[in-house]
Amino acid sequence: MSQVTLHSGTPIKIAILAMGGQGGGVLADWIVEMAETAGWWAQTTSVPGVAQRTGATIYYVELLPEAAAHAAGRPPVLAMMPTPGDVDLVVAAELMEAGRAMQRGLVTPDRTTLIASTHRSYAVAEKAAPGNGIADPNKVLDAGREAAKRMLCFDLQQMAERAGSMISASLFGAIAGAGVLPFARDAFEATIRHGGVGVEASLKAFALGFDAATQAPAAPARIDTSRPLPAVPANAAHPRVQALLDTVKQFPQAAQPLLVAGLRRLIDYQDVAYAEDYLRTLQGFRALDAKAGGDARDWALTQAAARYIAVAMSYDDVIRVADLKTRGSRFERVRSEVGAKSDQLVYTTEFMHPRLEEICGTLPLRLGRWLENSKTLGSFIRRRVEHGRRVKTGTLTWFVGLYCIAGLRRFRRGTLRHAIEMAHIDDWLARATRIVATDYALGVEVLACRRLIKGYSGTHDRGDRRFARLMQAADELLGQPNAAATLKSLREAALADEEGKALDAQLAQLLRAHPTPPAGGRARIDTPRVAA
Amino acid sequence: MAERSFAKEVEQLRLPAGSEFRGEGILAVTKALLQSGVGYVAGYQGSPISHLMDVLADAKEILDELGVHFEASASEATAAATLAASVMYPIRGAVTWKSTVGTNVASDALANLASGGVTGGALVIIGEDYGEGSSIMQERSHAFAMKSQMWLLDPRPNLESIVKAVEDGFELSEASSTPVMLEMRIRSCHVHGRFITRENCRPAFSLAEALENPRRDTSRIVLPPASFAHEHEKVRDRWPAAVRFIRERKLNEFFDGDDAHADLGLILQGGLYNGVIRALQLLGLADAFGNSRIPLYVMNVTYPVIDDEVLAFCKDKRAVLLLEEGQPDYIEQNLNTILRRAGVTTTLCGKDVLPMAGEYTTQVMRDGIEAFLTTHAPRALESSAAVPAQAPAAVPVTFHPRIRDLTAVVPPRPAGFCTGCPERPIFAAMKLAQADLGEHHISCDIGCHLFSILPPFNLGATTMGYGLGAASSSAFNVKSGKRSISVMGDGGFWHNGLTSGIANAAFNKNDGVIVIVDNFYSSATGGQDIPSSRADNPDRATKHPIEAAIRGAGVKWVRTIDRTYDVARLRDTLEEALTTSTDGPKVIIAQSECMLNKQRRVKPLFNKAVKAGERVVKERFGVDPDVCSGDHACIRLSGCPSLSVKDSGDPLKEDPVAHVDNTCVGCGNCGEVAEAAVLCPSFYRADIIHNPTAADRIKARVRGAVIGWLQRRRAARLARHAL
Repeated sequence: MSQVTLHSGTPIKIAILAMGGQGGGVLADWIVEMAETAGWWAQTTSVPGVAQRTGATIYYVELLPEAAAHAAGRPPVLAMMPTPGDVDLVVAAELMEAGRAMQRGLVTPDRTTLIASTHRSYAVAEKAAPGNGIADPNKVLDAGREAAKRMLCFDLQQMAERAGSMISASLFGAIAGAGVLPFARDAFEATIRHGGVGVEASLKAFALGFDAATQAPAAPARIDTSRPLPAVPANAAHPRVQALLDTVKQFPQAAQPLLVAGLRRLIDYQDVAYAEDYLRTLQGFRALDAKAGGDARDWALTQAAARYIAVAMSYDDVIRVADLKTRGSRFERVRSEVGAKSDQLVYTTEFMHPRLEEICGTLPLRLGRWLENSKTLGSFIRRRVEHGRRVKTGTLTWFVGLYCIAGLRRFRRGTLRHAIEMAHIDDWLARATRIVATDYALGVEVLACRRLIKGYSGTHDRGDRRFARLMQAADELLGQPNAAATLKSLREAALADEEGKALDAQLAQLLRAHPTPPAGGRARIDTPRVAA
Repeated sequence: MAERSFAKEVEQLRLPAGSEFRGEGILAVTKALLQSGVGYVAGYQGSPISHLMDVLADAKEILDELGVHFEASASEATAAATLAASVMYPIRGAVTWKSTVGTNVASDALANLASGGVTGGALVIIGEDYGEGSSIMQERSHAFAMKSQMWLLDPRPNLESIVKAVEDGFELSEASSTPVMLEMRIRSCHVHGRFITRENCRPAFSLAEALENPRRDTSRIVLPPASFAHEHEKVRDRWPAAVRFIRERKLNEFFDGDDAHADLGLILQGGLYNGVIRALQLLGLADAFGNSRIPLYVMNVTYPVIDDEVLAFCKDKRAVLLLEEGQPDYIEQNLNTILRRAGVTTTLCGKDVLPMAGEYTTQVMRDGIEAFLTTHAPRALESSAAVPAQAPAAVPVTFHPRIRDLTAVVPPRPAGFCTGCPERPIFAAMKLAQADLGEHHISCDIGCHLFSILPPFNLGATTMGYGLGAASSSAFNVKSGKRSISVMGDGGFWHNGLTSGIANAAFNKNDGVIVIVDNFYSSATGGQDIPSSRADNPDRATKHPIEAAIRGAGVKWVRTIDRTYDVARLRDTLEEALTTSTDGPKVIIAQSECMLNKQRRVKPLFNKAVKAGERVVKERFGVDPDVCSGDHACIRLSGCPSLSVKDSGDPLKEDPVAHVDNTCVGCGNCGEVAEAAVLCPSFYRADIIHNPTAADRIKARVRGAVIGWLQRRRAARLARHAL
């Protein structure tokens, strides 16, 4: 009986996951060229299609020694696409693409080396969320530790940038450094040289990737996603600021860093006196917290108050914007951000759109109110003033103009806007104070809802409306089990999408569960107020 | 000017006979055309065969030397009609396009061509955009081959087989007077491989000779009674001629297996061959060189099916498995008919063990073959010792809880507008106009602008085909409080939109709004020139304004906006179009150059100017993190890849702030959007002056002195109170 002779020789299988514009094709071509030069049979395929425009795509490479083909007497038949469970090397040019490779089953514990760049290129869904939509990178690392035979993770994008090259070069270096392909470093570098474009920079990026891979730990370390809080300084130069600092140090440890951040923000925003008002309010909350048993709850109420009252007191207004835009530190930051060299000049143009509300808000209380209500003058100003303005901050006229607006800071407490903001804050803090007496956690959540209010015009109005709905919901939830958790999930829903669909859906569900709002007991407690 | 230049690669087209060619599938096809003595080539670009058009455009010199005429057709219909040159004259012609969409457009001409038949070889190279990465509806080109009776080649996906298929295709076409379709799957187009070349040939009969000695034969024209004769001719003469040629030239391939498995067999489309071999390898039944224990019948010609070959293969077999990708299962039905008519009792498996629909990936085929063997020859699966298969894990790793958890974090990454794309502001303006005037019905079209359907824009309800954006609003020509909005690209406009959309709307007095996105190129397919392109193209007539064509078609209300980044103006114009009392279609032409092409054009010039010491200004955008509110409304109105988010660096600001990275090209969209939508004033444009003049420097010094003094004054106050 005749039997077909099966020849030995199994190709090396490599999948490269990249996004359009990352040079995944270049990397695949380099591998092919290097292999062919070394006497291998190499095949690469891809499905660029619509992926050429920022979408994700896979480049697939198979390599087989020509000697094996000679022994078999015929050219190899190589696959056109990766098969789950049958890939030796997976290269991901971005962290979530490594996740995608695992989801597709391309990474297997018995044989796959996974090389991934830890940098993130956020997807539209992550960027567009009104709150924080960024996915947890550690989930990918956690999965990689289980799925890959070996996982190498480092920021190859940053290495490429440092070398003035593209990520394809640092990835190529990491592949070489990982020692997963049967080619020496020289062969890799010769391939880059042969390409002839940007050779020096590419070789530099290659070397960085190579070194990182050779020194890579057995398993990648967790990515630190925590947000550091400021350290509490030992002392301050100015006596009044030192007094503030002394007061801060009497607060529970847990709240001190946030208080420092709050004080810094408010001194920067207004002046020392304003920061003193803030700290007085916080002392009130601290007392309230102690009474409500905050000691056992890591002073959550004081912490939330420290954060959100500082944010609320430093509301965005014209004065603040003018101040931030004209600072010397900002001029420096822009220069470094755009990578300007010392012999280059940099001028910025701001895109501003003043509205009647902002003008009224900056006027003294009564005058602002009058103008706001004046139909004829109001609409006249609207017509004349409300349009986009290109403000050239680096020119003398514009700079001095903005500088003067920033100087209005000293009159801020007398403005209409300030009165509105303070009334809003008082109302909010009164609610939190009232609620915390019955339901500590719910009171903390009420403070945290302040996160919804941000921005200007439509954005601000939208946040304001949602905040109001949550405050109403807080009143209705008072006395119910899990009230705080419910409010928290409502707050998250409010930040999930622009149209507020998630929030509407959750509120509707809540209404079905509790058709009538319970009559909450209303204890009389003195609200710590922000001094006017 | 196309996006990618093949100037270097086309040199391979000159390789002398007997050399080894190494490169991409598409380039190999071009070489094969030249080796076949093709007289003319035409086509319409589209993935995956855009590069074939680009290669041909870049190979002009070589084509001229050989006397080959190349044309970038106005549409696939034009390309197909071009093959008319091979009806009367012994000239070989090839056309190419993306299938099935292009074949749809071309099918009128193809049907006429196939009816009368051809004298010179006529080859239709179709880029099959099916499966992963496809941008179109999932259909089979097979149906077109069957309905018009054209032969369909689906060669094994290696360059040698593909090149041979091109050469065989012309001969088959001539031997059977029938046009031949060559199916190039998406991965075959981009596969890197090798083959041994033959010498390029000049066409045996030239187009000029044809023009100088015109011929006509009314029996070849689709007119009664000739058209009735054609149908009989197809069955009586052309089909048998094709079958004879395919058998004699052994276009289909038989591969023997082990005697032990001689009673089994796999029948497969040539294009699936590599995947089938890998699947068999994973089952321990083949090696990496195509040696298979199970006999194979590889159909490099998938239409017509050669009855005798099928019967010969199936005769002594208990069971065969057909691997046929896509639905309906035309080949399986055909095989069943053949076997039943011949009274052959071999069991035919196919879509019963393989999925009816969807791409036949290696894994799908592995599972299908395994299911087939489990039923019909379970022992075959045991004999896998010679080549150890990768034993699959008992529970696939994808079921691991940590990997399943990834669904919550790995975001979808659909294609989107490029950095600086001039189409983005158009849809930002449309979003703003809808915020003012309410939601409208929006008909979309094919092209980059179709990305408006995806986040963050979420605009558009339908897409009916290339250039058919305006046409698909035709029914909404009734009195109503709101008008329909249609979108069309300049590519679609010249492809057929001028007549099917604009002229139709003017003729039928449609009251809707049509937005024409004019970015100077056919951008989605790789930046090829079209009649309204602004480029100086020595081989084509360009710079024909769309507005003139629209006015010629009878549209009265036309607004041309020559800078799409002016979001406020676009929004206002859209609102005017949606509310004006003027009758008839309202057409807005929104013009700005495709940023990909612009950057490729402008960047080298800029760098050269910098090097030469000239004063040049580079613009880019940025966000002041302390001013940014972290609401990301700007991103929801933009979606620019260079506009991202990052940690605020402020302990009190929890949400990430917007951030413009170094890939920014300074198009200005984010600033304009922030202004038009009244978002926060955190955006700035930075003008970086390279090689400033003496005047620049003096001015900067004066400004710096005053501004610096004021800044230090204010910083001192803050420093005094520093904590």
